[in-house]
Amino acid sequence: MPDVTKAQTTDAATVDAVAPPAADTAGKQSPPKTEKPRSLWGDAWYDLRHRPMFWISSVLLVLLLVIAAFPGMFTSVDPRDGDLVHHYLGKPELGHLFQPDWFGYDQQGRSIYARVIHGTRASILVGVCVTAAVTLIGGLLGMLAGYFGGWIDSVISRIVDIFFGLPFLLGTMVVLNAFTERKVYVVILALAFLGWTSIARVTRSSVITAKQADYVTAARALGAGTTRILFRHVMPNAVAPTIVVATIALGGYISAEATLSFLGLGLSDPTISWGIDISEGSKVIRDNPHTLLFPAGMLSLTVFAFIMLGDAVRDALDPKLR
Amino acid sequence: MAELDEKDESMDATPNVTEVETVEAATDEEAVAAIEAPVERGEPILQVRNLVKHFPLTQGILFKRQIGAVKAVDGISFDLYQGETLGIVGESGCGKSTVAKLLMMLEKATAGEIFYKGQDITKLSGRALKAVRRNIQMVFQDPYTSLNPRMTVGDIIGETFEIHPEVAPKGDRRRKVQDLLDVVGLNPEYINRYPHQFSGGQRQRIGIARGLALNPEIIICDEPVSALDVSVQAQVINLMEKLQDEFNLSYLFIAHDLSIVRHISDRVGVMYLGKMAEIGSDTEIYDHPTHPYTQALLSAVPVPDPESREGRERIILTGDVPSPANPPSGCRFRTRCWKAQDKCAQEIPLLAVPERFKGEDTPAAHESACHFAEEKDVVHAA
Amino acid sequence: MTTIDKTRNVPEPRGAAEGDVPLLEVRDLHVEFHTRDGVAKAVNGVNYTVNSGETLAVLGESGSGKSVTAQAIMGILDMPPGRIPQGQILYRGEDMLTMSGDARRKIRGRKIAMIFQDALSALNPVLSVGYQLGEMFRVHQGLSKKDAKAKAIELMDRVKIPAAKERVGDYPHQFSGGMRQRIMIAMALALEPDLIIADEPTTALDVTVQAQVMDLLADLQREYNMGLILITHDLGVVADVADKIAVMYAGRIVETAPVHELYKRPAHPYTKGLLESIPRLDQKGQDLYAIKGLPPNLTRIPSGCAFNPRCPQAQDICRTDVPPLHPVTERDGGELVGRGSACHFWKETIHG
Repeated sequence: MPDVTKAQTTDAATVDAVAPPAADTAGKQSPPKTEKPRSLWGDAWYDLRHRPMFWISSVLLVLLLVIAAFPGMFTSVDPRDGDLVHHYLGKPELGHLFQPDWFGYDQQGRSIYARVIHGTRASILVGVCVTAAVTLIGGLLGMLAGYFGGWIDSVISRIVDIFFGLPFLLGTMVVLNAFTERKVYVVILALAFLGWTSIARVTRSSVITAKQADYVTAARALGAGTTRILFRHVMPNAVAPTIVVATIALGGYISAEATLSFLGLGLSDPTISWGIDISEGSKVIRDNPHTLLFPAGMLSLTVFAFIMLGDAVRDALDPKLR
Repeated sequence: MAELDEKDESMDATPNVTEVETVEAATDEEAVAAIEAPVERGEPILQVRNLVKHFPLTQGILFKRQIGAVKAVDGISFDLYQGETLGIVGESGCGKSTVAKLLMMLEKATAGEIFYKGQDITKLSGRALKAVRRNIQMVFQDPYTSLNPRMTVGDIIGETFEIHPEVAPKGDRRRKVQDLLDVVGLNPEYINRYPHQFSGGQRQRIGIARGLALNPEIIICDEPVSALDVSVQAQVINLMEKLQDEFNLSYLFIAHDLSIVRHISDRVGVMYLGKMAEIGSDTEIYDHPTHPYTQALLSAVPVPDPESREGRERIILTGDVPSPANPPSGCRFRTRCWKAQDKCAQEIPLLAVPERFKGEDTPAAHESACHFAEEKDVVHAA
Repeated sequence: MTTIDKTRNVPEPRGAAEGDVPLLEVRDLHVEFHTRDGVAKAVNGVNYTVNSGETLAVLGESGSGKSVTAQAIMGILDMPPGRIPQGQILYRGEDMLTMSGDARRKIRGRKIAMIFQDALSALNPVLSVGYQLGEMFRVHQGLSKKDAKAKAIELMDRVKIPAAKERVGDYPHQFSGGMRQRIMIAMALALEPDLIIADEPTTALDVTVQAQVMDLLADLQREYNMGLILITHDLGVVADVADKIAVMYAGRIVETAPVHELYKRPAHPYTKGLLESIPRLDQKGQDLYAIKGLPPNLTRIPSGCAFNPRCPQAQDICRTDVPPLHPVTERDGGELVGRGSACHFWKETIHG
């Protein structure tokens, strides 16, 4: 629900429109029973809980995480087991729920359902790990640059600029080309190597805003040390935009992995990945669209779920709403 | 350094202020002992001498070069006595907030000294510096931004004890925070609430409680009520006066609202463009101002009483305050002053009791930095 | 009251000649906002009128609804979350709330203009002030670029910006706060409106500049014979320029009075408390009188008189019955023109 203050355009009115939420009628009064301490994080969580988008994406993502962790729960078929004699490009049997032939077979005679299930792990792993790495590196460098400023900021910002100048996909392709066997961790490293810059920029600017706040000055006036100021005052107030960017970017990294794998530069056999399957399927797409459709659909669904979650989180954390 | 040639100008001899009795401390322990020593009521506790702060203006991204300086504070001297309230008034850009930051050691002074009980705090470090910080606290202007929105009230006030653990033992802190909330007129049960659950006036009380937590001797108040509603301002002012008596505090009260400053202050200093224009007791400044800027400032204050208003003379200044990066030569106020003559452009007027009033027993005989100081009552109806 | 400047080309005499219809009349206006914490009742039945050449000061603290009322008049309320469940805003007898969007836009800016507190954020930083001033003439009057610029310079002269010709191409950030507020005033004046609403026009300015700007505003109002609604929280600013004052509290008008009367003899405990709670410049006072408590939460306005929890005179009736705006009279019943007080005990308050 939009807050009044958000919508007010003329500044004088912002304060004027609504009294602060908890203004009691007297300075000294026991708090009304309905009123509980409400942290800003608590408010954001309250906000999230009231968004259907959050719930849809969360259910989807939990399901995907379970699939990635325990693919055996969903299918007992070995995704690498091909039977060219019986199943060469077998058509999907949509009535056969959770059966090996549910989504049909590919041109190696392997169960597409089993491959989609087992491919989840690689995609989720790449997405989550790249995001974690990128948030750590970018967040740390951005925080240092933003908080200390001066030459530290100049150096870090120039490095960010240089990395930003490299085209993301082209750059990762060049890096990946240097490896012959491309396992999951190689792809993660390559994506993280070029992906951290946007997080660094976002974190830097939110840290700069936060460090200028009066409460930081107040802490300095009390004699608080740099560590305390950074971790107690600056970080909690600067972390929201970073979280939002990271959640939305997660979907992007998953699709980047699929793109690279499709181009033959990402994961390679024997790793199972939607990107590889999409690439394989595209060769026979005219007569057997199902070979492409199911891995591609799964990929879109996953990316969509992450982006939707990111949107919901952003709306909940948007400081302008408060 | 670009400031060098300016130094002579800002380092005027200041015959007006008393000699500082410095305390030589060879070790940290001695310094801390000097800082902890009590000061008699009415004795100077904080003495500022020729304080200068220039913010360099730079150009370039990686290789910065200085192209000038904003002379925010340009040679200011004053004393703060134990138990008194010294008001500092002035318009935006006059440097009053920078003075607060310098005294809090949030900015490093370009030149000059700040003596706290005879110790120059601009040269302290380590334990002695920490002891000074404990004794000089601040209340901020904006109660909405000066409290960390992600911390509870208990954490905000309790943080002072985490930084200065010697003040309160761990088990005692929660109770101490609740006591503080009670002292500033808030319900101690609010300890787990977050700042956004309070109104502006209540938040300012929290800010005051934080300032009181370490039992300081001096509180520097930077526009503490200007962000509050009129009906709440009076509550906060009364609270601050009550606390001053109760805890034997000295206030440096910085504000632009001249009526409030008169109400709370024992002495008042008027600042203009980084310099002190006039300083004296509240009666001397308000009823017997001798500096034309003070007179203009006082006459411009809107008075909520149309009747007394109509008899008063109004001096409406022309133009705006010049840029502190490029202040006028001589007297800083001369570009807007109706009395300005050639002398004002050439000679910087010293802050001293004007020659014509010297030795006379009149309220006009207080320090005023004007070549042509003369008394003029602009506050009372003719 | 009506002084028409002969040098200006005034097509028709305003005000009195149009009969008894006031320039602007607000009738029983209600505004509410739907928020997470419930419905915030920002304005709860406000009535006031402004005539040509008259200055009405609307005085109130934050949350009193003074700015929201002005936004409702200008039609710049954000709806949703804002809503006007009830009330009329009559411009020369015509209800602006029911007229078409087009008709309303014709009034806004052309007939009723607004001046905001923060001139820096109200001006577009990437356009020169000359362009922004000239825009009014290009859009509304179809003037050429050159003529619009000439008009812009003329306006800047009018609001006494020195060296207008040289500064017409400057950008807002190149002006000082006082000068920017003058530009805002020039913009509001550009189309010679009948009514100007000034929302805290001098709050962000220094005292010495405040006086200049207020004087300018008062001069221009006299010269153009406009109506002026001055919204402020500063009892001092009001005293200088207003003809009549409406004091607002929790979305209602609690007292109306001609300016001198209000300060001399307030008839509402809130007004009285406010006046007593400001320190005086010309004498050193003792303890300040402080109104106890805090302004009410607009989602939970106290029943009865909204001021009752803070009022030293509150009785049982104050907690149950909403006081209407009683006409205030002399002790002997003699009429006091323009005075009203929404207090059950107005007699006790004014006559002691």
